[in-house]
Amino acid sequence: MLSRVAERLYWMARYIERAENSARMVIAYHQLSLDMPRNTQLSWKGLVDVSGMEELFEERYQREDDRNCVKFLVADTWNPGSILSSLRSARENVRTTRDLIPTEGWEVVNELYLFARDNIDQGIAKRGRHEFLSEIVQRCQTLTGLMAGCMSHDAAYDFIRLGHNIERADMTTRQIDIGAERLLERRDETPEPYDGLLWTSILRSQSAFQMYRQHVKRRVGGPDVVRYLMQDGDFPRSVAYALSRSATALARLPRNEVPLRLAMEARRHVLDADVAKLIAKDGLHEFMDRLQQEIGTLHEAIATHWFPHAEAA
Amino acid sequence: MSIDWKTYDPTPFYDELIAQRGRPRPAAKVLTDYLAGLDDEEIRARKKAAELAIIEMGISFTVYSEGENIDRAWPFDIVPRIIPLSEWRGIERGLTQRLKALNLFIEDLYNAQRIVRDKVLPEYVLAQSKNFREQCRGFSPPLGVWAHICGSDLVRDGDGTIYVLEDNLRVPSGVSYMIENRHVTKRVFPELFENTSILPVDEYPAQLFDMLAALSPRPQDYPTVVVLTPGIFNSAYFEHSYLAQRMGAQLVEGADLVVGEDDCVYMRTIDGLEQVDVIYRRIDDEFIDPEAFRPDSMLGVPGLMRAWRAGKVAIANAPGAGVADDKVVYAFVPDMIRYYLDEEPIIPNVPTWLCADKKSREHVIANLEHLVVKPANESGGYGMLVGPHSTKKQRTEFARLIRKDPRNYIAQPTLALSVAPTLCDEGLEPRHIDLRPFILQGVRTDVTPGGLTRVAMRRGSLVVNSSQGGGSKDTWIVDEEN
Repeated sequence: MLSRVAERLYWMARYIERAENSARMVIAYHQLSLDMPRNTQLSWKGLVDVSGMEELFEERYQREDDRNCVKFLVADTWNPGSILSSLRSARENVRTTRDLIPTEGWEVVNELYLFARDNIDQGIAKRGRHEFLSEIVQRCQTLTGLMAGCMSHDAAYDFIRLGHNIERADMTTRQIDIGAERLLERRDETPEPYDGLLWTSILRSQSAFQMYRQHVKRRVGGPDVVRYLMQDGDFPRSVAYALSRSATALARLPRNEVPLRLAMEARRHVLDADVAKLIAKDGLHEFMDRLQQEIGTLHEAIATHWFPHAEAA
Repeated sequence: MSIDWKTYDPTPFYDELIAQRGRPRPAAKVLTDYLAGLDDEEIRARKKAAELAIIEMGISFTVYSEGENIDRAWPFDIVPRIIPLSEWRGIERGLTQRLKALNLFIEDLYNAQRIVRDKVLPEYVLAQSKNFREQCRGFSPPLGVWAHICGSDLVRDGDGTIYVLEDNLRVPSGVSYMIENRHVTKRVFPELFENTSILPVDEYPAQLFDMLAALSPRPQDYPTVVVLTPGIFNSAYFEHSYLAQRMGAQLVEGADLVVGEDDCVYMRTIDGLEQVDVIYRRIDDEFIDPEAFRPDSMLGVPGLMRAWRAGKVAIANAPGAGVADDKVVYAFVPDMIRYYLDEEPIIPNVPTWLCADKKSREHVIANLEHLVVKPANESGGYGMLVGPHSTKKQRTEFARLIRKDPRNYIAQPTLALSVAPTLCDEGLEPRHIDLRPFILQGVRTDVTPGGLTRVAMRRGSLVVNSSQGGGSKDTWIVDEEN
């Protein structure tokens, strides 16, 4: 399999996953904002922080209000991580790998991008936002399902799985870091009854609410949520799960020693963490930061191992 | 819109399906009867079904527009064009003969140049050839074949004679559409395939692969064959990926390949470097190797010519094959056939005036309004003058161009290109068509049964190129005996 193709498939999957995750996150926050009492200030800027694009945001916008933040995350073509930009990049990557993924895959991605482009105003306005974003999530899922169900699970598919899971692990750690960490810090200021709502919203950003209820069976609350999103062995969007799936994909690829070891190590660190203790000792942020770096290193290792570089002949 | 053959009138042109008003040609009878039996709604439904199939199957070609390249659905007419098998057998023999002579010619030109010494080809033609590559002198590729894949354009004149209009020996395209047109037609008119015996066209990718694999310098069962594409921005990218997919070959770009110290060509894969045996390149000569040709080319592979000359990799078509893809050289193909094969050409050339010749030049300039003038080395229908459709200003401009660079121009009479019934908004109307069969020469020679029929979709237009509003039809070679 060509290195160039491997790289394009990997990024295609990451961009699709990014668009889907961003859409879920904005939906969850949108719902939350409707539930919160008028006098509570809900900072939309947190969402921008999760995307890791604060600097770009500050360059481009004056006010950190609902509209600007959502516009930045959904529609801004200057933001390479916005939903629209992600879908565009995914489409460009599929265009050039059309011979490897099922034909319908190209059609789904192409239509998905055109849908987003043509209806982007809906995504920004309060009305229509939910429908628009849900549609994005659904179509991303269609593509993922199509590839899982109609494509040989060969090296090409392994790179796609890798892209999805690395992006998931990355996104979930950011959400825990920014969302949960802030929430835990500000616990005293927020009125008690809304605590549950905020935690629920974090779960919803990962579509984890229902599964959490089924499996944790306790009132939604701080350490349990963090533990679930980080360490649950069965929930497909938990960090540990995404990392172990990455490892499974890596194990099947040639010359995989370094990336595979890094993925296993990162997974071990996640599983070994004592979440309650980290929270109690204010160590969660530092831990998440380190984990972010580990995922970054893993990505680098994948890139240097398999993607095209000026490799000497 | 229902079809009444009594009102369909192709005169004054030769029609491929209809002998004269109300009387279909024998091979077309099943089709014309069938079409006449459909009502308006059914015809519309078939047309719609074809459009849908094209979108679903993702058949597209790329055009540049507003700085973005867009895939356009392939314009397709559902009424097939029919050629009786008895006539086709002759055309097949003629095309095989022609490519054989052309390959002998290219081999000769890069080696002994007997044809020039024997004064069959004037020296100036060679001296001023834009596609002659010094880098290929003294080399002989495996089997002595340079042009492995050829797309020759055929046209039929008013009296029914078929002529070769040009030979495309560089990177001829269109074969994927030939195959896909058949798939669409099978979906739209499945009934017709039961009652007519139509030669299948599906074999091509397998034949292409076998031909390419046989060129492998390393004798082995599974040689590594790749399709080299300039990339997504090329108008034929659909075809590149289509053929790669159908052959089970890798679709590579220049940056995926690297030539090693050992002069072998490798591709960068996730397993490391993997040796490549055969390259089906869809990039023009000038761009394939910045070391040998244009140093600014980003599309090619540095050192590729070195690897090819060292015999470490096969390239199809061979670099330099385009020397025979020149409208001046074209004029000499009948002489080549006589010279190399000692045979008479089976398919005639369109009579051609070479502007390099003084007498012809004056004749051409005096008769511009009746002639078609073409530059020697363009493809895609660009830079030509269609006399009867030209303005005075254009003719003055062409007279100037011809005098400035006579070697670069040829002229031909305006042919009364044949027509075929085509479904237009107004119903069934005659439209001008041509035919591009594809010929593969390796250990053996294969000709596609039929080829790509291109249609000038606008009334009266003679331009069939897809880049200029042309469409296409499925082409049926019909065995009347069965």
